[in-house]
Amino acid sequence: MNYRNNPQAVQALIRPTEVHKDIFVDDEIFELEMEHLFANTWVYVGHGSQIPNPGDFYTTTVGDQPVIMVRDADNTVKVLHNRCPHKGVEVAPEGCGNTGKFFRCPYHAWTFRLNGSLLALPLKRGYDPEVFNECEASHGMAAVENVRDYHDFIFCRLNPEGQGFEEFFGESLTTIDNMIARSPQGKLEIAGKPLRYMHDCNWKMLVDNQTDTCHPMVAHESSAGTAVHVWEESGKVGPTPMAVEQFAPFISSYDFFEGMGIRVWENGHGHTGVNNSIHAAYSPIPGYMEAMHAAYGEERTKEILGDVRHNTTYWPNIMVKGPIQTLRIFKPLAANKTLVESWAFKLVGAPDKLLERTLMYNRLINSPTSIVGHDDLEVYERAQVGLASRGREWVNVARLYDPTESQRKNEATNGTTEWQMRNQYQAWARYMTASMTEAV
Amino acid sequence: MNTFNDQQLHDFIYAEARLLDEQKFEQWLALFTDDAHYWMPLTQGQTDPLLEGSLMYEDMLLLKVRVERLAGVRTYSQQPPSRSHHLLARPEIETSHPGHQPEQGKYVVRTAFHYVETRMEQQWLYAGWATHELVTVDGALRIHQKRVDIVNSDAALHGIQLFM
Repeated sequence: MNYRNNPQAVQALIRPTEVHKDIFVDDEIFELEMEHLFANTWVYVGHGSQIPNPGDFYTTTVGDQPVIMVRDADNTVKVLHNRCPHKGVEVAPEGCGNTGKFFRCPYHAWTFRLNGSLLALPLKRGYDPEVFNECEASHGMAAVENVRDYHDFIFCRLNPEGQGFEEFFGESLTTIDNMIARSPQGKLEIAGKPLRYMHDCNWKMLVDNQTDTCHPMVAHESSAGTAVHVWEESGKVGPTPMAVEQFAPFISSYDFFEGMGIRVWENGHGHTGVNNSIHAAYSPIPGYMEAMHAAYGEERTKEILGDVRHNTTYWPNIMVKGPIQTLRIFKPLAANKTLVESWAFKLVGAPDKLLERTLMYNRLINSPTSIVGHDDLEVYERAQVGLASRGREWVNVARLYDPTESQRKNEATNGTTEWQMRNQYQAWARYMTASMTEAV
Repeated sequence: MNTFNDQQLHDFIYAEARLLDEQKFEQWLALFTDDAHYWMPLTQGQTDPLLEGSLMYEDMLLLKVRVERLAGVRTYSQQPPSRSHHLLARPEIETSHPGHQPEQGKYVVRTAFHYVETRMEQQWLYAGWATHELVTVDGALRIHQKRVDIVNSDAALHGIQLFM
């Protein structure tokens, strides 16, 4: 099948209750995702606390595009394509740093302002101004036009045309709001480097998994189930360890996950944990409640901490956990290769024990050494191999399907529904084809 | 108190790695004190295991969970199982480390290693340094902390299922 310039063929991969395997395994589909899906959507770039001062930068990718997130002199955040207009060299090195008042390409010392515009180049007399001004290079490094700094969460849309930020995210931003409000000062800081975990599978398998509430009691019986078993065998001396508190809810019953609830927003966003969640029963941390009461009063504190959303998927490729302060990015590298970065946040003004809890959760669940991670990686990679089979063509997402659901939005429903997955795949088809032209 | 000479410390380090490669995990766990930790820092030169991210920072409860899990009938990521191979350089006795107090039966030993983990057709090579903080319990050496610094700790890593 040829998918390029063939929006009908792309749309036909998504049915109401099943999706075609090509969206996971086909190289051309992956290329088109990079060109269209990751250009038409608002993609998370990074957090403002990674670049607190003018000249601070952080390099990353948006889809397959190398970019620089930089704090400009006026304190606004710019996102630049990390590519020298001269010979194509990545101007900023991998990682983060401070570039001063301008970027300088390491190859020929062309320099660029923090907004990407060309500042100077050596031996300029060698260029006829009239000729050079006609060149693309005279415009400097390409800046991404549409960047939004939402309370330090930096998103960009690579395509100059398309849906606005508010329209794209709608009510889903309430999860980020809640995570920020959990700081007594209403402020988050990135806590060090992310855990980086390479997966030999398609990025959408990970996104799909974030609101898959029918797998934990099966896939994680080996990890969370064993943790509970070892704790029970030990005679349970003393208070339940933090690690056991974090593992145990993974093997809750189907009833628990059904009751937890799932809320489905527009445009592929949604979250598990409407009424309850696996993060709801952690032991209180001394000093935290007091700090929250002092900052917000009792009633507002109850509202903030009572919202125990589990996983919020921001389509296309991040997941945020408010109650445990983590953010995971599913970076697509190839149809069968995904880099998962798991970031942790510090709640500014909260006791250190909360950060300790966040970091423990991150390494127990998201590290390349995580036993929960091993369970998941195994099934993703088996799926990537299994999908090569010609025995079946489709992947099923029919659980609790209701034909009227596509007309409804912002609705909370049974916690084991696959509606949120269907929501993601409907959004996939829409943002894949929004800027696709048909072959003539 | 008995003190241990360099040869005895070296033998202990080699024997520990051999237990891992032979997958005698219960015997391996018995080498640790009850309050021991196995630590894999995320960053080079990291000093804080709790308020900075780590790849692993596990107490005995969590290490026991790992060992029990490896043999579980529903541990699909170990069907078929992984294997490991440790190649150790000569252990160095860290005489200038503040935790190295032979007169108190405490020793710090640092060992450069190459570690290979395999599963089915795949093989991964890691290089790093293990730092053992050893104590003497009932006349025998025990591990109070095993710190594993791999040279690419902040790189994108595939799953590491066994112990370095």
